[in-house]
Amino acid sequence: MCLAIPGKIIKIDKNTAVVDFGGIKKESALDLLSDAKIGDYVLVHAGFAISKIDKDDALETLKLLNEIDEFKKLPESGTNKKNRK
Amino acid sequence: MRSMNSKNFRNPALIKKIVNNIHQLADKPVNIMEVCGTHTMAIAQYGIRELLPPSIKLISGPGCPVCVTPAEIIDEIIEISLKTDTIIASFGDMIRVPGSRTTLEKMRSEGSDVRIIYSPLELLGLARDNPGKNIVFAGIGFETTSPLAAAVVTRAKKENIKNLFIVPAFKTVPPALRLIADNRSLRLNAFLLPGHVSVIIGSYPYEFLSKEFGLTGVISGFEPVDILYSIYLILKQIKTNRPKIEIQYSRTIKPEGNTKAQKLLDEVFEKSASEWRAIGNIPGSGLIFRKDYNAFSSRSKFNIKINKPKEPKNCLCGKILMGLKTPEECPLFGKQCTPQKAIGPCMVSSEGTCAAYYKYI
Ligand code: SF4
Repeated sequence: MCLAIPGKIIKIDKNTAVVDFGGIKKESALDLLSDAKIGDYVLVHAGFAISKIDKDDALETLKLLNEIDEFKKLPESGTNKKNRK
Repeated sequence: MRSMNSKNFRNPALIKKIVNNIHQLADKPVNIMEVCGTHTMAIAQYGIRELLPPSIKLISGPGCPVCVTPAEIIDEIIEISLKTDTIIASFGDMIRVPGSRTTLEKMRSEGSDVRIIYSPLELLGLARDNPGKNIVFAGIGFETTSPLAAAVVTRAKKENIKNLFIVPAFKTVPPALRLIADNRSLRLNAFLLPGHVSVIIGSYPYEFLSKEFGLTGVISGFEPVDILYSIYLILKQIKTNRPKIEIQYSRTIKPEGNTKAQKLLDEVFEKSASEWRAIGNIPGSGLIFRKDYNAFSSRSKFNIKINKPKEPKNCLCGKILMGLKTPEECPLFGKQCTPQKAIGPCMVSSEGTCAAYYKYI
């Protein structure tokens, strides 16, 4: 329920920003941020920007959203199958 | 603290490096509770437990808002939904959760007007477009979500909207952690602290964990590298025997949190005791409307009396939410109780511990 998604502000009109989530654009309210600017990366939860994000990290996170399977191909060494509890 | 500005939060080589470091540091049993349901899901999904040495135990905690919402709150909303002039608005994961008799989803199929909303902002449109109806929002969630409701309520007040009501069932995380920290039978050493709750509240509200209980806490992001690196930071703290609250998820979190959101929250709500499903009453863990905003409370509009219902028989959800049991210890897990036919709240919500275990294990 506390999911939040990073995106980039591409437009601001008063209290509302248009945020680009890796191609999908959605409006997000800016009520909870005091200093949002166009070009800022923000974390959006249920239609509200809740914090600004360090830019390099945001790009990285966006790119990684497409690479979810990568982790599954991990080498098995150093693992412990039994430790499941 | 700028802990780590990693270039790749799912990079297998980086993951392997951190895992190796964890194995080197792990020389005694360490019990870590992950507080947040989104962490529970990520840990199960990425198989993080399998990467850890057997001495490190990850215990799932109470951080699933839907799971800890008492059945009587759901009963209350269902009762309101029976009124013809109301529209119930709720996040999607809430409408499948059973109260003592039924769910909001079933009420909708029987004719109640129940709408799933993505954002609390939609409440304003619903209220404007339906002047003859009362819009009632199920106010469920932690500090990530409650400021959004506070923002909507202040907007509604400015616009003089009079047909919007919120069922005040928001909860705050730190008081629940106090209850858990106080429970010695868990033998807890550390908390993996919730990322998005902490975006709002920052790290200060957790400091009592290290100061009063000698526990370590690391606020973690949600990628595999975030979680593993946080576990590594926990082990390092334990090794040096200097428990403190650290922020691994520093790309979004400041120690002071989001002060604008905090101010808004404080303007609209005040703290009160709150009932957690299957856990009990926790002092100071709930939010109720302040006097100036009380007209937006569903309780000021509807006078509904609900008797405290009984929890489903044999369901261990309460003990699971406190970290005292695992889903596998529940005799109903995966048999009578599955996500398709859930008995307890920990299986209904997709981020409930039972649901996460069922899906990925
Ligand atoms: S498996 Fe079902 S019945 Fe058992 S604890 Fe989990 S939710 Fe409750």
